[in-house]
Amino acid sequence: MALSTTEPEVTPKAAVPSRRPAWPSVALALIRTGPALMLIAVVGAASLLSPVFFTTRNLGNVLAQTAVIAVLAIAQLLVIVTRGIDLSVGSTIALAAVVGALTFEAVQSTPLVLLAMLGTGLAVGLVNGTGLVWGRLPHPFIVTLATLSVAHGLALWLSGGQPHRGMPELVQTIGGGSIGWLPYSTFLVLALALAVLFLTTRVVWGRWIYAVGGNPDAARRSAIPVNGVLISVYALSGLFAGIAAIITSGRLNAGSPTFGELAELDAIAAVVIGGASFLGGRGTVGNALVGAFMIGVIRNAMNLLNVDAFIQPIVIGTVILVAVELDVIRGAMERRFRVMRAAQS
Amino acid sequence: MTGGTVVSDRIPALRVRGAVKRFGLVVALDGVDLDVHHGEVLALLGDNGAGKSTLIKCISGVHRLDAGHIELDGTPVELNSPAAARNHGIETVYQDLALFDNLDPAANFYAGRETAGPRWLPQGLRVLRRRAMTQATAEVLGRLQVQVHERQSTVGLLSGGQRQAIAVARASAFDSRIVILDEPTAALGVRESRRVLDLILRLRDDGRAVVVISHAMDHVMEIADRAAVMRRGRKVGEEIPTPDTQQKIVSLIVGA
Repeated sequence: MALSTTEPEVTPKAAVPSRRPAWPSVALALIRTGPALMLIAVVGAASLLSPVFFTTRNLGNVLAQTAVIAVLAIAQLLVIVTRGIDLSVGSTIALAAVVGALTFEAVQSTPLVLLAMLGTGLAVGLVNGTGLVWGRLPHPFIVTLATLSVAHGLALWLSGGQPHRGMPELVQTIGGGSIGWLPYSTFLVLALALAVLFLTTRVVWGRWIYAVGGNPDAARRSAIPVNGVLISVYALSGLFAGIAAIITSGRLNAGSPTFGELAELDAIAAVVIGGASFLGGRGTVGNALVGAFMIGVIRNAMNLLNVDAFIQPIVIGTVILVAVELDVIRGAMERRFRVMRAAQS
Repeated sequence: MTGGTVVSDRIPALRVRGAVKRFGLVVALDGVDLDVHHGEVLALLGDNGAGKSTLIKCISGVHRLDAGHIELDGTPVELNSPAAARNHGIETVYQDLALFDNLDPAANFYAGRETAGPRWLPQGLRVLRRRAMTQATAEVLGRLQVQVHERQSTVGLLSGGQRQAIAVARASAFDSRIVILDEPTAALGVRESRRVLDLILRLRDDGRAVVVISHAMDHVMEIADRAAVMRRGRKVGEEIPTPDTQQKIVSLIVGA
């Protein structure tokens, strides 16, 4: 081993900081920024391969198309940090969009439509959270799988299986408007990301989310309100699905039961590509966004390069595998790092 | 050194009287009395199933006593949750350490009692005072001479001995009066055990009451001022550990 310590018994506390080899820290830092580096590489490759890719018009497209995945991924991250998963967000988009469209048909009130969509999302999230905590369901996979089905069915039933056209002006602007080439939805994504970043890094509640994910038993013994934390992340995930519904139905000026299909898988993939761990306690908002944009950029680039639509899911799947493999390597590095530390102390 | 008879006229930091705990038909604690004084290390000994863990879980608020009562500095207290015990200055280091591997030492120290403001907001919505927590943590670690190479890195990256030290140091922060340690050296090597034992002695010298559950007789002999032995839910004896009493303590434990 590359340990430079020759006399381990001699004043270790004075000697350790200067003698500790730097490479594990460097390697860890590299792996930690891995998702961002991968995104830069993908953007670089896309720019080289297609002259259209790095134009403002196309970048605006990418941003608009990625907004929904990004919003979902930000909230899904918090769920995954608590060792959970929320499979219901795609169906929740459909249900919230249908409820919004029907509300708009009934009363032409913008605030009511917004309230209906956000409220629908929040309601599904609360059902997930309370079902998990109070129903003592063994794993969030089950309750969110159930609400996935229920919300999808409700969306079909309420809409009669038909898209309902028409959304308030404001909703259309949020979903489809832009300042120059920058879509409004991008600003919305940015604002939500900053809010959640603040929550996770500066607010006690955010600290509790990571504590619950890191060690739920210890969190209980430390008097952290574990159940409240769990309910809150699912409620937030539902609410963000409501926001994603506003973006989707605004862009298409309609509410349809087919909206958001498989969006939950995109969101989960984005979070995983961003290096979050399914074992809980680890993952950052920034990296979840990077994961979302990775998916958006790869899809867009493949479209520009006329890659067969059937090939695209294969590529996305491969990217997920590579990203998770990076995570595994990182775990091994951390263990190695720890052994080296112990040897030196 | 303070002995069992000498200290009995002082008010103990922790006094347990007639503690009874049943789990269904099993009587885990059958009328246990126990005193622990400030500035004293009490070793709680006994074979598996003797009731040691149940007793400390009652003291740390995980279980509630079916009968009997607990006094702190002469005042009867109701310890019906871990939070209540902690608010009374009772800190417990569980065998699994209850650390958050994904958080740094400061976040571990302050988990569930974060320094944050403004005060008019409910605790969950307050903004963390991260620098204050990091500084206070560094002070406690410094005072207890716990060496942590990178205080910003997550606890999961630390060695077993350092993790144990962090858990013990956490228990001694926040003006705790009583520190309970469950098998603090069980998972450690010789050198790491040494450091944790020194740490326990520093807690004692700080004036805290320390209760240690341990199976390592040599460690008990070295650090304990008094040893209480339990068997089948009862306290069967108390001795001041010396080379002369060691054999007697062992016989008490095995019931021979």
